[in-house]
Amino acid sequence: MAENSPATIPVRGPTMIRLEQLEKRYPGQDRFAVAELNMEVPEGEIVVLVGPSGCGKTTTLKMINRIIEPSGGRIFLEGEDVTAANPDRLRRRIGYVIQQVGLFPHMTVAANIATVPKMLGWDRARIASRVEELLELVGLEPARYRDRYPKELSGGQQQRAGVARALGADPPVMLMDEPFGAVDPIQRQRLQDEFLRLQREIKKTIVLVTHDIDEAIKMGDRIAILREESRIAQYATPTEILANPANEFVEEFIGAGSAVKRLTLTRVANVPIGSWPTIDATADDHQLLEVFRGTEKDFVLQLDQQHRPTGWLTRQTAYHRNLPRQPLAIVSTVTPQATLLDALNAMLRTNSTCAVVVDQSNTYRGTLDFDSIHLLVQRDVRKERFSEEGAAPAGEQKPVAESRDDA
Amino acid sequence: MAIVAPPEAGPTAARQPPSAAAQPGAAGRSWARRLGGYAVTPALLALAAAALYAYVSSHALDNVERRSLNSEYIATRAVQHVELTLAVTALVILIAVPAGILLTRPLTRRVAPLLVGIANIGQAVPSIGVLVLFALVIGIGPGIAIAAFVIYAILPVLRNTMVGLQQVQPSVIEAGRGMGMSKNRVLAQLELPLAVPVVLAGVRTALVISVGTVALATFVNAGGLGDIINNGITTNRAVVTVTGSVLTAILALLVDWVAGIAEDLLKPRGL
Repeated sequence: MAENSPATIPVRGPTMIRLEQLEKRYPGQDRFAVAELNMEVPEGEIVVLVGPSGCGKTTTLKMINRIIEPSGGRIFLEGEDVTAANPDRLRRRIGYVIQQVGLFPHMTVAANIATVPKMLGWDRARIASRVEELLELVGLEPARYRDRYPKELSGGQQQRAGVARALGADPPVMLMDEPFGAVDPIQRQRLQDEFLRLQREIKKTIVLVTHDIDEAIKMGDRIAILREESRIAQYATPTEILANPANEFVEEFIGAGSAVKRLTLTRVANVPIGSWPTIDATADDHQLLEVFRGTEKDFVLQLDQQHRPTGWLTRQTAYHRNLPRQPLAIVSTVTPQATLLDALNAMLRTNSTCAVVVDQSNTYRGTLDFDSIHLLVQRDVRKERFSEEGAAPAGEQKPVAESRDDA
Repeated sequence: MAIVAPPEAGPTAARQPPSAAAQPGAAGRSWARRLGGYAVTPALLALAAAALYAYVSSHALDNVERRSLNSEYIATRAVQHVELTLAVTALVILIAVPAGILLTRPLTRRVAPLLVGIANIGQAVPSIGVLVLFALVIGIGPGIAIAAFVIYAILPVLRNTMVGLQQVQPSVIEAGRGMGMSKNRVLAQLELPLAVPVVLAGVRTALVISVGTVALATFVNAGGLGDIINNGITTNRAVVTVTGSVLTAILALLVDWVAGIAEDLLKPRGL
C-alpha cells in the first residue's frame, strides 16, 4: 500500500485535514467500510473523493465530521486532534452540504442560514448582516428570498440556500456529499460553475464526494480515486490522473475518451475567444445588409441595448426586406467559467457550431466555435502521441475522424 | 412532503417567480375560501340547534321532562361535559406526546411495538367496560371517569406522535446534526415542529372520541350531557333522550370544528 502512505502525496499548502490510519468497520461485518486511510487535504483546495458506489467514499466523508464515528485511526483539523472532541462543537466549525440539501422546511431561508451563527451565540444584527452577505454570495437576491420557505424555491435555489447555510459561520472547511446530485444536468452545470466562482472568492478547504468522474475532474484541485474499502487508488491532480493513471483500476474508472475528458480541464476563459459579426437589435435593414456584405457567415448575432445576445439573424432576412425580421432565439450561451466540454455540449444541444460566450450579467463577450475546440483536442492528442511513441500519421488521423463522427 | 424538489419543478419555478402583484390576490382568495369553509359548520350546527329547539317547544313538557329540559340544567351539564373532555384530552396529550417521543428514540425503538400494542388494547376494550371495571374496583366520581376515558383516547395521539416524528425527512435530521445541533436541539427545533400537523390531527381525533365517551360519565356519577340522555331513558321520555343525544352530537361537531381551526393556525408555516 505504498500509494496509501502520506509521504507520496504532494502537498501544496499547509494541511487542513489529516486522516491517519482512519478506519470504519460496522459491527457484524468482516469487511472494512474504510480501511486504514491516510490522507491529507491542503488548505484552500477542493479535494474530490470519487469511486464506484459502495467504495466507502461517503463513509469517509462523514467520518471527518464524525456523523459516522470511526472505529479506528485519528482525524486532525488544522493540526488539532479532533477524534475525541465534542462532535457538536466540531461540526459547527465544518460546513456540511448533502445531496438532498435538507433545508428545514418550517423555517425561512434566512432562519435556515442563521442556524449555526445562532448556536454560536452571535447577536441579531451580526446574524442579519451575515445572512444578507451569504444570500448575495450564492446569488439569491436577499430582499426576495430571505423570507421564503424552502418549498417556495426551485431545486437549484434550494441547493444554493444549502450552500449558504453551510457557510453560515464562515467555517474553514466544507464537506459536500454529492452536492449537485439532485438537480437536472443543465442546472448541475450551472451550479458547478457558480460554485467554482464562489470558491475563488471564499477559498475554503472542501472535501467533495461524487460518483461522477467528470464532475471530479471539473471540480477538483485534487482527486482521490477510491476503490473498495476506501483504499486510495490514486490521489493526484486531475491533469496528472488523466495523463498518468497510476494503475488499471484508475484507467478503467476514468473510462474511455480521456481526450474528450480533458476538455473538462480547460475553461472557456483560458482559450482564445473568437468574434462573430453582431448587430444591434435597433439597426435598420440597411445596416443589416452592410454587416452581411462584410462577412461570409450566414448568421449574425443580434444584441440588445445591454449587449445581451437575443438571437440569430439569417442572411435571408437581410436580402428579403419584406420578410419580418424574426431572429432565431436559440442561442447556446456559456460563461467563461464553463469548461470546453460544457461549451461543446451547449453546441450539440442547440445543433449549432458555435457557442456564445457571455459573462455573469449575460453580456456578449465573444464566441467559441466548434473548429477551435476541435483544434485544441487535436493539439492535445498530437502532443500525447509525440511524447509516447513519436508521430504516427495514421494514428493522428483517427481521433480527428472520431470527433467528426461525434459532431 | 418531499424535501427535494423534483427536478422538473426547478426550471418552472425559476422561470415564474411569484410576482409581488399576483400573490396577495391569490392569497386573499384562498383566505376567503378558507373563511367560507370555516363558516359552513357553525351555520349547520346552528340550524340543527334551532330545529331541536323547535322540536322541544312543540311538546307540552310534563314535570319529569321539565326537570331535565331547562336551560340551567342543560348549561351545567354541557359545561361539565366540556370540562371533562378537556381534562381527558389534556391528560392524553401530557401522557401520549412524551411517550411518543420516547418510543421513537433509538434506545427505546424496540419496545415501541409492545407499548403501541397495549395502547391498542386500551382502545379495543369498550370504554363502558373500562369505566364500569374502574368504578367497581376503585369507586365512582369524575376522577375515575377521566382515568377510564384517557386510556381509551390515548392511542390516536400516541400513534400520531410517533408517525409524525418518523415521517420527518432523514435528510433534515442529518443536516441538523451535521451542522452541530445536539440531539435535543434537533428534537425541539426540527422533529417536533415538523411533527406538529400529524400530532394535532391525533389530538383532534382524541377530542372527538372523548366528547363521545364522556357521555358515559353519567354512569359513574360524573355528570355531563350523558345525564340528560340517561334521564330520558330511565324515565322513558323520548324528547329528553333525543335532546341529550342531539346536544352531544352538536358538541362533538363543534369541538371538531374548533380543533380544525386550531390545527390550521398551529401548523408551522412553510409546510
